[in-house]
Amino acid sequence: MSDTSAGPFWWRSIGQRLTILLAGIAAVLAILSWWMVSSFAREAAARTQDNVLIASATTIAEALRSEQGTILLELPYSAFAMLDAIGEDRVFYRVAANGETLTGYDDLIPPATPERPGDITVRTIAYRGDQLRSVTVRRTVLAGQQPVPVLVTVAQTRTGVEAIGSGLSRTAALLSVALFILAVGLGAFAARNALKPLNSFAQAVTRRGPSDLRPLRRRVPDELSPLLVALNRLMERLGQSIRRSEEFIAEAAHRVRTPLATVRAQAELALHTVEKDDEKQMLRRIIRAVDESSRSASQLLDHATVSFRADALAQDQVDLAELAARVTEGLKPTADMKDIALELDAKGPAPVLGDTILLESALRNVLDNSVKYSPAETEITVTLDRDDPAKWRLVVRDHGRGFSADVLSDLTTRFKRGSNVEQVVGSGLGLTIAEEVLDAHGGRIELTTPEDGAGACVSLILPAA
Amino acid sequence: MCLPDLARRLSAALWLSILTGPLAALELEDQRLYPGTGDTVVKVISTGDLDVFEPFILQFQAENPTIGIDYSVTSSAELHTAIRQGGVYDVAMSSAMDLQFQLANDGAAQAYDSAVTEALPSWARWRNQVFAFTAEPAVAVISRERFASLDRPKTRQELIALLRQNPEAFENTIGTYDVRTSGLGYLFATQEARNSDTFWRLSELMGRRGTELYCCSGQMIDAVASGRLSLAYNVLGSYAAERIARDDRLEILDLQDYATVMLRTALIPATATEIEGAGLFLDRLLQEGMRENSTIWALPPLSAAETPEARAYGPIRLGPALLVYLDKLNRDAFLRAWSDAMVQQ
Repeated sequence: MSDTSAGPFWWRSIGQRLTILLAGIAAVLAILSWWMVSSFAREAAARTQDNVLIASATTIAEALRSEQGTILLELPYSAFAMLDAIGEDRVFYRVAANGETLTGYDDLIPPATPERPGDITVRTIAYRGDQLRSVTVRRTVLAGQQPVPVLVTVAQTRTGVEAIGSGLSRTAALLSVALFILAVGLGAFAARNALKPLNSFAQAVTRRGPSDLRPLRRRVPDELSPLLVALNRLMERLGQSIRRSEEFIAEAAHRVRTPLATVRAQAELALHTVEKDDEKQMLRRIIRAVDESSRSASQLLDHATVSFRADALAQDQVDLAELAARVTEGLKPTADMKDIALELDAKGPAPVLGDTILLESALRNVLDNSVKYSPAETEITVTLDRDDPAKWRLVVRDHGRGFSADVLSDLTTRFKRGSNVEQVVGSGLGLTIAEEVLDAHGGRIELTTPEDGAGACVSLILPAA
Repeated sequence: MCLPDLARRLSAALWLSILTGPLAALELEDQRLYPGTGDTVVKVISTGDLDVFEPFILQFQAENPTIGIDYSVTSSAELHTAIRQGGVYDVAMSSAMDLQFQLANDGAAQAYDSAVTEALPSWARWRNQVFAFTAEPAVAVISRERFASLDRPKTRQELIALLRQNPEAFENTIGTYDVRTSGLGYLFATQEARNSDTFWRLSELMGRRGTELYCCSGQMIDAVASGRLSLAYNVLGSYAAERIARDDRLEILDLQDYATVMLRTALIPATATEIEGAGLFLDRLLQEGMRENSTIWALPPLSAAETPEARAYGPIRLGPALLVYLDKLNRDAFLRAWSDAMVQQ
């Protein structure tokens, strides 16, 4: 963690890191290739000059002859004409027999002389304030009976060689810069391309829903497969742990509900046996508290069921009209206790695909909420509509206290209750359960305040089968 | 108008003194000071006569009134010796391109770059030190009177045939440079000998007819004009053209096979002190040389090197090959061969 977030901004992305490293490598290679090309070019130009000088000195040496004991020489025109092949360089020469200058520049003394006839020495010397490349060839000429060693030295300044060298060096530098730019471009492209699987992997994880804990099944490069395996294991463990806690909650709720039923029954009995008003009053409070507790336990159980069943959602044909009728019927006794009229307006068939138990539990929780928050002697209507050919809308409308408008979106959060529910006992799970069910079925829940202002309107919207 | 008299100065003894001799007093043919309005005086040493270059100097001063010009005329060998021995001059102009080249090669010239020198064709400069400002072919001048009944030869071959067929007409009436004493004659002869074998056949034939040897173009042209010579071979074309323009007894022989073209060159000696003025003078000189038809002097332009017959071998190359015939062994050998051919007693 620490080493990835430290460093300058461009060091924080793998792509930029790769690009910069590749650019660095390209720069090193470009400089290296420039240096190599220019030194080769200089070397080649210098060798060419050496060869021309050797050819010139050899041509002069070949022209040496002797006549009646005197060494004669007629400098071949070509020996000098070839010397401006490389550039406009100053030329110096000296032909010496037995150490005495025959012709040429008297003070051009070669720094090293070849040992044997035919040998050639090539040196760089300083002469008249300039650097010269000097070639000396040795030849033996018979003057009469006497073999005489003759040294032919031809020397030339190096302006031409340097001009060729620096010209080629400049060209090589331009090429290297071009190569560098190309390499940086290709490097950036390669870095982006290499990171593509990582990005698409990250996107695949991001795209998942908040409760989707299925293992990721994708082909990833070898380097990413440990990460994929680790991630899948983590999700599996997380899923197991969530399931365990849901199971625990369900188990706990179930265990609490049974004794509560017993307590309620005993309290009912006791209610019939006591005669004092204050005692009856006390027992009714007990019964109401037990009812609430049992209702909360039911909701916890429902919620756990939703969590379970939503993971592997059943795809049964469900008729919404029939389902609405069943649930409305189930809640009638509770409504009757508060003198609330439950009206159903649902004409079937209204087929959807899904889990009957979950859909029932969603509607029951919504309707239960309505009954709970409605004052006595009011009316609750359940209506089934078709929004458009693809959607069913099941609307529960009551004349209770309604939602406080500012917290509409918060109400489906677990254990969150509206701000205007004081004196009513509740867990805050009802709408959460409904929303989770509708989510799992690809539908949604809408909380609205009716246009005439009284009560609340909860719409369950489901895709039609 | 006569070329500087090289006869007495280019002797073998002097040749040695060029390399080793002590500083000798400079022999000047002519000298004139053209004062400017400022303090600057550019010292010019030249082989070109004042009557050729005075209009140019005056034109230069009209454009640069502050610069004074001290113009000295001497022979090419004297000029070469003077610069070599460290004489202080700002510009050296010479018709001996081989000696000029040697000065630069041996480090006696300094570099000069300007837009004008950049504009020169590459064959007209060596490094940024020697710059050509005219291209002058060697020509053959004939006497109209003596050629009245003869066909005009079109090539050297035809000239050789003509000399063979008319021995009496040319007996002792041919003139050419004495290459032993004339630097320019030597340059023309060596370059022609290198390019074509007709040179030796022509020399031998001229020797057999009893050829008169001259030091300078001017005297040769005089002799042809007076009718004493029927043919003068290898005369400096610019001088001949200038004379023919005012003397109808003369004619230039139109030899179409080839022409030897010499470059008149200028350089700024290493000893120069008025570099800026010298640069201006050199630029103006090169501009005039690149102009197609100069109204200031009668010298041929650099583009004269582009005529068909000059193109056969191109102008004499400014390059190290010029050193070959300056080598004393080569010079001795060439002069020996030339004397054998030309001077037949």
